[in-house]
Amino acid sequence: MKKSFVLFCFTALFTTVAYASPASDSLLAKYKAEGVAKTDVAKAKKDWTAEVVVEGEKMSCASCHGTDFSKSGKHHKTGKVIEAMSHKVTADRYTEEKKIEKWFKRNCKDAWGRECTAQEKADFLTFLIAQ
Amino acid sequence: MQMKSKIAALLIGLLLGSGSVVAEENLLEAMFTPLRQKEVNPVNNKLYKDECGSCHFAYQPGLLPPQSWEKLLNEKALADHFGENAELEKADLATIYDFVMANAADKSYYKRARKIANATEGIEAPLRITEVRYIKRKHHEIPDSMIKGNKDVKSLSYCDACHTQADKGVFDEDTVKIPNFPDWDD
Repeated sequence: MKKSFVLFCFTALFTTVAYASPASDSLLAKYKAEGVAKTDVAKAKKDWTAEVVVEGEKMSCASCHGTDFSKSGKHHKTGKVIEAMSHKVTADRYTEEKKIEKWFKRNCKDAWGRECTAQEKADFLTFLIAQ
Repeated sequence: MQMKSKIAALLIGLLLGSGSVVAEENLLEAMFTPLRQKEVNPVNNKLYKDECGSCHFAYQPGLLPPQSWEKLLNEKALADHFGENAELEKADLATIYDFVMANAADKSYYKRARKIANATEGIEAPLRITEVRYIKRKHHEIPDSMIKGNKDVKSLSYCDACHTQADKGVFDEDTVKIPNFPDWDD
């Protein structure tokens, strides 16, 4: 009896749900309020490497962040190191709502030449916090 | 007597720096700025460090005169910041603007900042630190192979590629280490 209880606790501990922070939760709720019914992680994964020509340069999210989320990236122009996208490596990732929105705004414009839609942001955020 | 007065006039002339073709700061000015310090005033503003420093070296405000910062730090200019989107929230932009203006080259008692202020006085304000006459002159003898041709430097814009204490506002020659050119000595 005791043994099975310990085992139960153990399994419960290691099958915790995907990573979420108050910031990501509240943002996802906001996107939902803006009309996002369902998030599509597969689309986010595909979009991550989708190249768009902006000012004569082929750009995608991966141009600066790479495709291995456990590794740091590099700014395509200044070469400045960008910390890994995975929250397992960079502990303060996705912990600040304002910061997430700021970078969505800037980076969508830099990589795609336009702001991302609420749907796209919801997809990306869900995809990224699972990494 | 006449000779003496000529010499005196010459000395006064020199003292006032009328012939300051090379030096950006004249002796008189150097003597009468008692708060004068070496180098460039370091960045002591967290928001500036975080916002500007997340994409590039957080250039000290003392590296440009206020007329230059004025051109760079407004909503429109930041939307196309040397080809990148660097938009800031209104409140953040205001904080950063105030910090930069209060510490721009002309407000500083740091030696290099003063030289930059003087080098940019009365001319069209440069957008880039690398366009400042004083900065150009300080780097002109370094061959292209060590900067542009150097894969670990690439451009004069990356101060901290060679200036090992750039983040502290120290740009002294003794702190310079050019990657891939260990034997270089000025």
